[in-house]
Amino acid sequence: MKDGTKSRIIKRITVNLEKCIGCRACEMACSGFHAVPKFSSTNPARSRIRVVVEDRKDIYIPIRAAGYTPSECESRNTYSIKDKNYPECGLCNASCPSRELFREPDSGLPLKCDMCESVPPLDEPMCVQVCRCGVLTYDEWEERRDDQVNREQMEIGLQSLVNRYGVEKVMERIEQFSRNVKR
Amino acid sequence: MRFAETGYNLEIDLTRGNIERVATAPEDSALYLGGLGTNAKIMWERVPPEVDAFSPDNLLVFGTGLLCGTPAIGCNRTIVTTISPQTQLLAFSMMGGFWAPELKYAGYDKVILRGKSPGLVYVWIKDDKVEIRDASHLKGKGAVETAKLLCEELKEPKAQVAAIGMAGENRVYFASIEQSRSSASRGGLGAVMGDKGVKAIVVRGTKDIHLARPAEFMHLCDEVMDYIKFRGENPIPGVIPILAVLGSPQEMAIHDEKWHTENFMWGNARVRRKDFWSEEIAREWTRTMEEMRGRLISCYNCPMHCGATISPPGKPTYMMKCFSKLTYTMAAFSDLAFGLGIAQSATEYGVDGYSAPQVMAFALELLEAGILTENDFPGMPEDSEGRFYWLLDHIVRREGIGDILANGTYWAAGQIGKGAEKYAHNNIKKQEQLPLKLSMLNPVYFLMYCTGEKLNITQIEGQFPQAAFPAREDREAFVKDWFQVPDEKFKQYFLDWEVRGEKSIPSYPTPEMCCDIVDWQERMHYIDDALGMCAGLSSFHLKAPYHIHNYPKFISSGTGFDMDEATLTKAAKRYRTLVRAINTRRGMRRKDEKPPADHWKKRFPELEKELLDTYYTFKGWNEQGIPTEETLRDLGLDYVYEEFLKRGVYSDNGAAPSQAGPAMTGKEV
Ligand code: SF4
Ligand code: SF4
Ligand code: SF4
Repeated sequence: MKDGTKSRIIKRITVNLEKCIGCRACEMACSGFHAVPKFSSTNPARSRIRVVVEDRKDIYIPIRAAGYTPSECESRNTYSIKDKNYPECGLCNASCPSRELFREPDSGLPLKCDMCESVPPLDEPMCVQVCRCGVLTYDEWEERRDDQVNREQMEIGLQSLVNRYGVEKVMERIEQFSRNVKR
Repeated sequence: MRFAETGYNLEIDLTRGNIERVATAPEDSALYLGGLGTNAKIMWERVPPEVDAFSPDNLLVFGTGLLCGTPAIGCNRTIVTTISPQTQLLAFSMMGGFWAPELKYAGYDKVILRGKSPGLVYVWIKDDKVEIRDASHLKGKGAVETAKLLCEELKEPKAQVAAIGMAGENRVYFASIEQSRSSASRGGLGAVMGDKGVKAIVVRGTKDIHLARPAEFMHLCDEVMDYIKFRGENPIPGVIPILAVLGSPQEMAIHDEKWHTENFMWGNARVRRKDFWSEEIAREWTRTMEEMRGRLISCYNCPMHCGATISPPGKPTYMMKCFSKLTYTMAAFSDLAFGLGIAQSATEYGVDGYSAPQVMAFALELLEAGILTENDFPGMPEDSEGRFYWLLDHIVRREGIGDILANGTYWAAGQIGKGAEKYAHNNIKKQEQLPLKLSMLNPVYFLMYCTGEKLNITQIEGQFPQAAFPAREDREAFVKDWFQVPDEKFKQYFLDWEVRGEKSIPSYPTPEMCCDIVDWQERMHYIDDALGMCAGLSSFHLKAPYHIHNYPKFISSGTGFDMDEATLTKAAKRYRTLVRAINTRRGMRRKDEKPPADHWKKRFPELEKELLDTYYTFKGWNEQGIPTEETLRDLGLDYVYEEFLKRGVYSDNGAAPSQAGPAMTGKEV
């Protein structure tokens, strides 16, 4: 961080929808990998990847769970690609109150893909390893990000707050806020 | 705690609308494994021989394999058992897809249906919540369509549906149970489901299935996956395309149909077209397949993608697998476009892709022979394709002549009379077989046709090459990495097997060798059917990823049972013998164990007798094919022996005529 830049590893899973054979091995493997001890149980309903299938419409979409969202969208997204109408929210990866997907079946707690973080780390995430048809492929790289950019953005935000509420009020709130906030 | 299995069955009494979750005995799983093994135990105990297919006392058992729901690759079979209306013996067909693992995740190993529902219903299983629901709105709907409608109605896109179409509702003797990309087709299981008034069983499960020793189990899975990859990269030389690569056969991906179209019979299993396959046909059929095929698809947790979505012009998309690709085409002397098109209707109606086309070709032969007349086929079009659609529609509705044809060729011929029996020529134990007519008797196949109780050659063959390889060096190359053999002697049997001369069929393999070969091949199918494994990764194939050496390890690390090759072999023998005992008790005897009379041109009655005698003895059966006291006691099947004695089974040589009529003629709806 000396030079004002931060680095982090970006992990990417690329999904080739055309190649999916709908076998759900990815669901099986993800649920097994996250069992304790590993693979002591399997249950696709606990998987952090789900294959949305509508076989008569030739739709096969493996989606990985992103984070939990406390409120559902007020509008809904549907997509149509090459005359194929994808199901409502079919391409969305949120764990969202409007659907059961990506929630633990017993506790109801949201599920989130953690890229199979583990010690020692896997060469490739589990779902990628078991997908033998090249639908899921994995790569990773290091990204360096300039911290300055963030600072500038923060300043723009602060300035607009000051314009609106005045310096004192903003200072007061920041003080209160910093006392409550968990670090 | 139970591993790999759930330890619970779901008992559903349709007459009273009663549903019970019943704990099973762990000892039974150790002795009979799961799937077919424990299904057979239930059928033996609860369905006495007086019960016919359409009695409320007949059971329809949906049994998941012991390892379904675990990470074992390709382990996704549901074994359905009942008494068949067609053969009046035990029917045990299985289906792939997703249903079995889903049922496991819902917390059950089996669904056992008994009684009859007063109206058409479906069963909805969601974990602990099980309901019998009205299905009157689904009457007459297609099987695939029903699955889609039920998922929508229940708002459960991930639910799995096993459903019947119109054929099952109308109790067509060769009606299937369809499940997405697969079906349990043989023996009229769908007719029994229809008779019970059940349109569909819908399952959604969200519970865990446990492994006893996960690290060990996963290591075995990795080995299987590596070997699948190896086999993908190294097809077996010298065998037909579908046997060179793994899968259940890869009919959706392979375009070269020279072997099937020139070696299998066309029409009513009659006509061989030796020079049928040409470059032009290859081009045209490839184009048809490419135009209609959406994508290749798999069953649960399997990379083989043997199925495909097929969209015939102007018809809804459906999922196809295996050899139904050609059965309609060849029965109607038509082309692939017709075959893929009519199979859409046949799948929605829910009929067996082996029996249905043959029944239709049989009807047309009777018309040609003047045994049936134009009056029997009012309004039937002139062209072959149109006739097949007309016949299919009438059969599944049991309308007019269709009502008789719906009983299959054996019973229909009896009802029609006037010499029609001669035209029902391709049956074993009253059921239509693959349309193969060959020249020289093959002793291994003779035994498999005679004694195989699944009544389907593809469900007993596989481990051992179908024919000798001409060159010795090719044979040597073949046995080099053949580690799947249970014993080294099998390599020698194959090495010495010649295409011509002293060591060729019919006298070689010798009857003793044939016993070993048939027994090994059959054993692997029985193990698959108890574990829920797809034959496409196992028993159907030469050099399969699953074999007698790794199976015991899969079972013991999966379930925690003590299992080695000897225990597993004995367990498989136990429930295989129990299957025979069920059929023995229903009157099956030596006289029933024969291939279609015209299957081979060159027959050898003395050799055939010797083969059957030797095999019966090898299996521990008496000269009627009935398991002996010694065999039964050794397997711990003393209860079977007691029952045989009580019923005087050993003194029955099968001379008495079997039941005179089909289980039901005419529709009741
Ligand atoms: S990367 Fe790992 S956690 Fe994420 S979906 Fe795949 S298997 Fe599950
Ligand atoms: S493992 Fe691959 S092919 Fe199979 S369902 Fe998942 S993404 Fe599709
Ligand atoms: S080999 Fe084919 S039929 Fe068998 S489980 Fe795999 S995809 Fe299904």
